[in-house]
Amino acid sequence: MSKFTFPESIRSRPVYGTLEPRAGAAHLLIADAHGAEAILDVATPDMMAKAHIIYIPKGEPFEDKLRALKPAQFYSGPTYAAAEQRIHKAFADAKMGLQLYLSGTEGVIGQAQHAAMQAGIPHTAIQTEHRGSTARRMQCVHCKGITEDVDVDPFQCAHCGLHLFVRDHYSRRLAAYQGVCIDAEDPGNVPPSKGIYE
Amino acid sequence: MSGAEKIAVTVTDIVPLNDLVTRFEFKRTDGGLLPTFSGGAHTVVEMRDTSNGGDITRMNPYSLMSDPMDQSAYTISVRRDDEGRGGSLFMHNNVKVGDQMVVSNPVNLFSLDLLAKKHLFLAGGIGITPFLAQIKQLERFNGNWELHYACRNAALGSYVDELTDHYPNATHVYYDDNDQRIDLVNLLDGQPLGTHIYVCGPKGMIDWVRKTAAGEGWPRESIHYEEFLAPQSGKPFEVKLAVSNIVIQVGEQESLLEAIERAGVDAPYLCRGGACGQCETQVIDYTGNFIHRDHWLDDAEHASGDKIMPCVSRFEGKVLVLDR
Repeated sequence: MSKFTFPESIRSRPVYGTLEPRAGAAHLLIADAHGAEAILDVATPDMMAKAHIIYIPKGEPFEDKLRALKPAQFYSGPTYAAAEQRIHKAFADAKMGLQLYLSGTEGVIGQAQHAAMQAGIPHTAIQTEHRGSTARRMQCVHCKGITEDVDVDPFQCAHCGLHLFVRDHYSRRLAAYQGVCIDAEDPGNVPPSKGIYE
Repeated sequence: MSGAEKIAVTVTDIVPLNDLVTRFEFKRTDGGLLPTFSGGAHTVVEMRDTSNGGDITRMNPYSLMSDPMDQSAYTISVRRDDEGRGGSLFMHNNVKVGDQMVVSNPVNLFSLDLLAKKHLFLAGGIGITPFLAQIKQLERFNGNWELHYACRNAALGSYVDELTDHYPNATHVYYDDNDQRIDLVNLLDGQPLGTHIYVCGPKGMIDWVRKTAAGEGWPRESIHYEEFLAPQSGKPFEVKLAVSNIVIQVGEQESLLEAIERAGVDAPYLCRGGACGQCETQVIDYTGNFIHRDHWLDDAEHASGDKIMPCVSRFEGKVLVLDR
């Protein structure tokens, strides 16, 4: 099951929609893992004739299906970091009228959205659809280190080792949720971790 | 008191630019500095007309065209509208250098989006004025801008010479009388990512630009527009103001908002041109038809009969009761 309904939360928490085809001079689609399924749902032959798909499979078996859509350009890379140069180049070359579609995990959607905002696309003009893992990209508010793919709460910062409470407070600038020390008042009193949405 | 804070000013210069447009300069009467503003801001000018034994106060919004950082004076350019209710005619015919007037603090409903990578300005006729201030603002930090300015002909092309002289590479002028038109689809095609469009001019031009850009896949957030509506005259009508518990008459040549103010009721307003939404008023009861002319309420709200924007909209009918 690649779709998940997130519980209602504070205003800071990103809300994802369902991709829909829009008129445009060019289409840039960036996805990871099960995000490919959202591209397969939204793709039309007209769109694909002007499309550039950047895909990070993370071991999921969708690459052949995406290639079969016959996009004008297709790239597959192992991580967001590996794809980042190509993503920045795609934005640098893009003209107004570009339509941007982001799908997959929150970490990849958030980082691609941040790159798009830097390139001048208003964040409200970017279509996003969440698919697959509900793990989060977390920033430790204490050491500022980023821990990717966090799916339990509390979790231990991969950089400074503090035990962090997973907040819904999100930063578009950092493309990360905020993790705050859970035992600051009473060191050592760390509740057992459980799934973020359990 | 409603509206933005007011400033007592003296008219210090009047320059006729062409057959239709005259420029006015205001300085503070007390000799102090005026507030800075941001490009695209307007001021509401109060025009007290006591000619022919009457006493009418009109308040019209005009875009500020001077340098937003220049606190010594404000300048506006007024296009004479012979068909209008007389505000622009009053400015042209009655106002003299040395006159004392009242203007409002600047209010900006048409500001630059400073996240834009490039600013693409589209002006029609007197719609050039807000861009003159925006260009001065952007020039201070080397902003990336380009102007496409359509006007009737060279004789009526206000500020064409100044713009083409100072910014020959960024200014593109189109004269209707020479069958020159902005080739919009071509202009939009290939603009760098992060370009924002600003359009100020007649309604038809604004609609054309918004529709064309949307069709080319431009985000709504990247398209900015401003059109001030002048209130139009119409049949007189009667209104009951429920909160104030009075019945007032709206004359042929005054707006509903002006009639409410004339009755001594302090009603909220800001732009007086149907754009900002400040004067939105609840309708309690009515029998008749609304003549909605604002840009603020949507079609469903116009059809509902629940709300009216008294700065530009009117009413024809027997009964109108407002929550004011």
